[in-house]
Amino acid sequence: MSKLYTFLKYFFIVFWAVFVVAPFLWALTTSFKDFQSVNGGVTYIPWVDFEPNLEGWKVLIKSPAKGGVDIVEPYFNSLFVTCTASLISIILGTLSAYALSRYTFKAGFVKNNDITFFFISQRIMPPIVLSIPFFLFLSSINLLDSLIGLIVVYIVLLMPIAVWIMVDFFNKVPREIDETALIDGCNPYQAFLKVVLPNSIPGLIVAGMFCIIFGWIDFFFAFILTFTEVQLLPVKIVALNSSVTPWWSLSASALVSVAPLIIVAFIVERYLSKGNLSGAIK
Amino acid sequence: MNFKHKYFFLFPGLFVLIGILIFPIIFVVRLSLSGWNSYNPGLDFIGIENYIRLFTDDPRFWESFFRLSFLSVTTVILQYVIGFALAHMVWKDIKFKRFFRVLFLVPMMTTPVIMTVIWRTFFHESLGPVNDILSNFGLSPKWLTDPALAKFTVIIVEVWQWTPFMFLLLLAGLLSLPKEPFLAAAIDGASPVRKFIYVTFPLMAPISIGAIIIRLIEASKIMDTVYVLTSGGPGTSTETSSFYIFIKGLREFQMGYAASMSFTYLIIMIISLTIIAKVLTKLLLKE
Repeated sequence: MSKLYTFLKYFFIVFWAVFVVAPFLWALTTSFKDFQSVNGGVTYIPWVDFEPNLEGWKVLIKSPAKGGVDIVEPYFNSLFVTCTASLISIILGTLSAYALSRYTFKAGFVKNNDITFFFISQRIMPPIVLSIPFFLFLSSINLLDSLIGLIVVYIVLLMPIAVWIMVDFFNKVPREIDETALIDGCNPYQAFLKVVLPNSIPGLIVAGMFCIIFGWIDFFFAFILTFTEVQLLPVKIVALNSSVTPWWSLSASALVSVAPLIIVAFIVERYLSKGNLSGAIK
Repeated sequence: MNFKHKYFFLFPGLFVLIGILIFPIIFVVRLSLSGWNSYNPGLDFIGIENYIRLFTDDPRFWESFFRLSFLSVTTVILQYVIGFALAHMVWKDIKFKRFFRVLFLVPMMTTPVIMTVIWRTFFHESLGPVNDILSNFGLSPKWLTDPALAKFTVIIVEVWQWTPFMFLLLLAGLLSLPKEPFLAAAIDGASPVRKFIYVTFPLMAPISIGAIIIRLIEASKIMDTVYVLTSGGPGTSTETSSFYIFIKGLREFQMGYAASMSFTYLIIMIISLTIIAKVLTKLLLKE
């Protein structure tokens, strides 16, 4: 019984691991192919099935004028928008989360939990509901197709995540810490900055990572709210997916774009193993 | 604690969020009462005509909504079952534990649209590896152009993408469980199956509910995958609500009508998610 279970367990784990890896391996081999080895039937192993070349990777840094795909600028745009919006969301979200965790609010029937729910419920909002008014709104103040416009929209996407994680986290940081600091003569802001925040670093890291993930992977808003002036990475890559698709540069650019966040997976796992994460994610 | 300071902590975030959102929300409601389209762009007032059209004369919207419900519920159930199974498997000591944990997290960190572009080549009917392998057995399924199979392909891609999220939340939950109940179960000599049913699962119920609700919220927004993989096709067989609203609003520029659909959709989502949360809490927390 237990031997069968162990066998099934490893079988399932290996099966899933193969499933997870398969598209990456496929993209990796495809990125070294040329027109002939993509369209002349399915090929898998470089040097055996097809002759690998670096064309798919080279076009990524060429300028469009020379027939390249130039993903360098979209890459930095994506990085800039994601990081800025994450940072603003974390700062504002942490402050609000601290207030919601430590103080009692009451305005009519609205209490702490309702305010927290209000923050988190913004995730329910389907992007399409916001995209049409944002489209018209941003175009009326000339922020359509600009980085600032996108950052504003991304704050709405990311702040709920920051609030959700940080409220949970602050609830687990003992209140005595703040109280001791207040008794020692700190004002509430000093207590927050000097005592509570340093004790909340795991929570901040987790919240930051989630914000960065959800900012980096967004496609929809970037797709609707930008056109030519500003291009984000996902939009740029999806635009390659036209009728005559250059599978090699598509694969190469896809790998380049997903690479940075795979580092995040390692960091998450580290915190998971140390047991810090379980406090940060409920 | 001091009374006034709390507002300085709460308000910046709250007001920024409200400030950014208040205009779009009011505008959607107002827009939904207008006949804004490409011939006649402007905020005229036509009453609830759009809503009448939506409720009496647009089966496509409701079909896309039921399709969305089917897709999101199916994917979330699959993600939960698989995610829980994986988390449970790498929870205790197994070989290469940390390697598998990292590996199982990876898909979540990748951009859905970009991976979907790769999946599209992966499932390509004549040039993709899946059909190449299946052709050895005389099969060549039309992954993207057969109405029933296209839904299945969307589900596969969604499960690949988001099972890690479930996995992460559930593993974090498993790792934070107290040890005592398991010791007690071990002393009583409970079998692994009984231990799971009577100890692990009940302890995980609150985390499960949270994870399922969060995933349902996110899954209901499914749009990127559909857009790249099938563009809602073949026909309308993978068209979800978001995608249909997108077509009406930003392709055909029937802004007024799209706004009325958006608003209706939002209301339905809030109500149904609240009901689902209540039902799940009742079901899983009854003991």
